[in-house]
Amino acid sequence: MPEQPPESGGTALADEVERTGLVADAVTVEIAGVTAGVEPARKRRLGIGAWLAIVWLVGLILAAIVAPILPIAGPNETFTSIQRAQAPFSTINETGGGTTTPFAEGHLLGGDRNGHDLLSRAVYGARNSLIVGFGAIGFGIIAGGLLGLVAGFYRGKIDTVIVGFLDIMLAIPALVLALSLTAVLRGRVGDLWILVIALGIISVPILGRITRANTLVWSEREFVTAARAQGAKNWRIMTREVLPNVLPAMFSIALLGVAVVIAAEAALRLLGIGLSITDPSWGGIINDGRDFLTQGITAHVVFVGSAFIFLTILSLNYLADVVRARFDVREAAI
Amino acid sequence: MIRWRRHERADTTAERFPTETLEGPLLEVRDVKTHFRTSRGVVHAVDDVSFSLDRGRTLGVVGESGSGKTVLSRSVMGLLPKKHVIREGSIKFEGREIGNAGTDEMRHIWGSQMAMIFQDPMTSLNPVMKVGKQITESLLYHLDISRTYAAELAEALLTSVGIPEPKRRLNEYPHQLSGGLRQRVMIAIALACGPKLLFADEPTTALDVTVQAQILDLLQEQQRERFMAMILVTHDLGVVAGRTDEIAVMYAGKIVEKAPTSVLFRNMKMPYTEALVHSIPKLADKSHTRLNVIPGRPPQLVNPPVGCRFAPRCPHAQEKCVHEEPPLRESDVPGHLFACWFPVGTPEGNEALARNRAAGVPAAVGRDGAATASMGSSAAELG
Repeated sequence: MPEQPPESGGTALADEVERTGLVADAVTVEIAGVTAGVEPARKRRLGIGAWLAIVWLVGLILAAIVAPILPIAGPNETFTSIQRAQAPFSTINETGGGTTTPFAEGHLLGGDRNGHDLLSRAVYGARNSLIVGFGAIGFGIIAGGLLGLVAGFYRGKIDTVIVGFLDIMLAIPALVLALSLTAVLRGRVGDLWILVIALGIISVPILGRITRANTLVWSEREFVTAARAQGAKNWRIMTREVLPNVLPAMFSIALLGVAVVIAAEAALRLLGIGLSITDPSWGGIINDGRDFLTQGITAHVVFVGSAFIFLTILSLNYLADVVRARFDVREAAI
Repeated sequence: MIRWRRHERADTTAERFPTETLEGPLLEVRDVKTHFRTSRGVVHAVDDVSFSLDRGRTLGVVGESGSGKTVLSRSVMGLLPKKHVIREGSIKFEGREIGNAGTDEMRHIWGSQMAMIFQDPMTSLNPVMKVGKQITESLLYHLDISRTYAAELAEALLTSVGIPEPKRRLNEYPHQLSGGLRQRVMIAIALACGPKLLFADEPTTALDVTVQAQILDLLQEQQRERFMAMILVTHDLGVVAGRTDEIAVMYAGKIVEKAPTSVLFRNMKMPYTEALVHSIPKLADKSHTRLNVIPGRPPQLVNPPVGCRFAPRCPHAQEKCVHEEPPLRESDVPGHLFACWFPVGTPEGNEALARNRAAGVPAAVGRDGAATASMGSSAAELG
């Protein structure tokens, strides 16, 4: 083995090594690569997909926040141009002719049957949909997570009681439960918050069971015993040792839950509870376009609502994967 | 957050550094039984185990898998679950009975008085917590110190357990460390609050052979520096040979032989101990030498046999062994206890062995005559 060239003034030696055809420099390079390898791996660039997802989510949230100052129509403004454009199905059809396109000039995504601008409704709808989706699932994560964590960690009687309670909730059809919850809550809080709480309560048993199942597994791990052997209290073990390991599983279910809740809001609207027609939401857009799904040109209304839900959930899931791959510090990462 | 922590911290200085006399053994275990209620019946995992350990001394607990070594150490430390566990006997730590202590009481002892190193460093560190945090956590909990000081202590601890670049390691996650480094981190965590008694539960089993000796040397060095007592649990007699003051050999939940290390290796009485020693491959053996194994398996602990639990596998076994359980008695060397009717190296033991070999019983042993013969000859040498 030739000597490793020293840090400074190593060029001469390296040249000599190269001339003599020895592979020492390759070895040095490899060693340098290994020692430096840990850091650069962390600073890996984000892929194009991740950037698209970020742009979509950030743009959407910003647009929803500053919607009133954006150069778009109000969500409840009616445009005759749109109504006329959709003439074949509109009452205006009789008075003035019409084209066969739902898109009228100045309306990027066209409009719905009531002559509302769809872009505007989607942007304003993002406010309601995102609040309901994340609010309800946030509620579910906190309540369900707590119940699941306690049940899985302590087991025994507490577990039996909590699991029984969650099973009872699961056994009641979700829409019936939501209907009765709204009936109870109506008048006490705003319509939006009724939805958040009702749909949040529905998501509790699902998130609770996922958390419990994972907690059962992680509580058995040796490092939990090790923490106990160091004198840690149960609450500390639960929050510091077990919870961080359970969170990834909770979040992956929760992201799917957001999509389900956004759609469920539309279902409740159909049943006449929740938001009214003047409060736009993505689920509401789908609901408005539902009747005309088979009637040619206005089918795009359903599509616009679905596309917003689809792109948002896709972005969230994709980003969640990227984040997990980047920050996963568990052995699975190797 | 910090304030809350301080409030939580229960130990007072007087409790942590007791000024009472250092008389008497540090740990006294008397007739400890640990039984598990299972669907198959009651498992007698540990039966009537007694020993005592002085400050700064090392006890090796040896036995094959399932002999109750780990259960014993966890019983003493009080780490077993409450449900489905029957525990009897007395455990005195510094003269204080802790056998029936509740979790709240034990919490003052765990970490600061007794600590444990686990078998597998891959699973005994939290994968999502940085190494530094895992060390400072218990420091902050047990000692009344600031966060910055705890971080300094953690770094010093990592240095003392021989981890290079401790500052960088503190900010790394367990998966970034090798097995040996992880076990060093585990040792650092266990030593953090200066325990008086350290349980090392097969600390090197999951490690590479080349690292094993390093870890054991480290443990020994730390133990000497801190005047800490240690219970070294292992299935490898080679591990305990040069590093313990006393060895307890366990079989099927019982201590079958206990002696100061040198006495045990020079003058073992129990055929099981002898069989364990012979099962260690020797460097001097030619390659492809058949390894000496102990025939058969340890008994089921649900309904342990009436007589000596090793009898079915023992080359010395006689009728008496199957029906009567040998008591743990003292040999002519003080402090050397063994439980055998026909001990190795005694006239009656040799006679029993010769009789068995002539008759080809027990079958398990008779099957491999060569092994038995070599066992016999080595026994003569050792005797």
